[in-house]
Amino acid sequence: MKEWPLWEVFIRSKNGQYHKHVGSVHATDAQMAIEHARDTYTRRNEGVSIWVVPSKYITASDPEDEDMLFEPAKDKVYRHPTFYKLPDDVKNI
Amino acid sequence: MSKTFDTSTPSPASTLDAKIHYLFQLADNALIMGQRLCEWTGVAPELEIDLALCNIALDHLGQANAWYEYLVEIYPHPTDVDQLAFCRDEHQYYNITLTELPNGDFAQTIAKMALFSIFNYYLHDALRKCPDARIAAIAARSYKEIQYHRRYTSNWILRLGDGTDTSHERMQRALDIVWDHAFEAFAPSPADRIMHQHGIAPDLEQIKSLWEHEVHQLLHKATLSIPETGFTGYRAKSDGIHTEHMGYLLAEMQYMQRRYPNLQW
Repeated sequence: MKEWPLWEVFIRSKNGQYHKHVGSVHATDAQMAIEHARDTYTRRNEGVSIWVVPSKYITASDPEDEDMLFEPAKDKVYRHPTFYKLPDDVKNI
Repeated sequence: MSKTFDTSTPSPASTLDAKIHYLFQLADNALIMGQRLCEWTGVAPELEIDLALCNIALDHLGQANAWYEYLVEIYPHPTDVDQLAFCRDEHQYYNITLTELPNGDFAQTIAKMALFSIFNYYLHDALRKCPDARIAAIAARSYKEIQYHRRYTSNWILRLGDGTDTSHERMQRALDIVWDHAFEAFAPSPADRIMHQHGIAPDLEQIKSLWEHEVHQLLHKATLSIPETGFTGYRAKSDGIHTEHMGYLLAEMQYMQRRYPNLQW
């Protein structure tokens, strides 16, 4: 049997949340990919919504570029908003 | 082997007997369907299909468990779910023969599951509205699972039927093999009749016409032909007369509980 195409699976755990990548499945078409994602990744009540995307449409950054792309951000702690004083009345940040 | 259970004659004399027989029909269909599907574990064509078939098998075992639990409550003498599921003899099981047929190839399993789940879908749709609150509650819960079984297997019928020459041919052959057995579901047993008179079980003629309409449309869309109907007089549901496959299935399924009575996991 020919290898079936790979699909990336995104699950939203509850309404109001966003979809998160959880893994991948093999399937011959989109409908089958949804069913396989449901059977593989929502067996234990993990989700209320599923997205599937053919893996070939994911463009990934090149691991070789890691230093150039991500290293410079590491010593720029001032980009985190942790230096601001929060008024006491502001909750949930 | 000790006989732990007595259903000597399957001619329901009273309403309770009829109800018990009727619940066995529901429970045994689910149990035997689940047991057969479990045989795919580890050997399905793809990892994802392996998981899907196991999930569906477990759905069926869960449904069987719910029906047996209800049976334990109304049973005339003390018993438990394991006794009912694992310690009856072959002629005391009232599943339709469709469910006990061997899995065959993947197409045959799909054919069997599809014909069964479309029947089961309309049956449970009716039962979830029936006046017996307990039956309605179990049916309502099962109905959601069965909706998915129906969709999953219908999609496979479409893919294989309207796929390659080989898949088409094998899907057609699979349907031809299992076809006649599906009709046992629509031939009323004495218990079906009595439960229908009490307004609990639906009219099987109606279920049959819904089933035929849907199956014919599905096969047409899948470019498959409707098999010719041959022998439809199977009597496992009404009289416990099974195909030759049932004994082997039970030998495997009952081994543990027969060898180690009252064994608990």
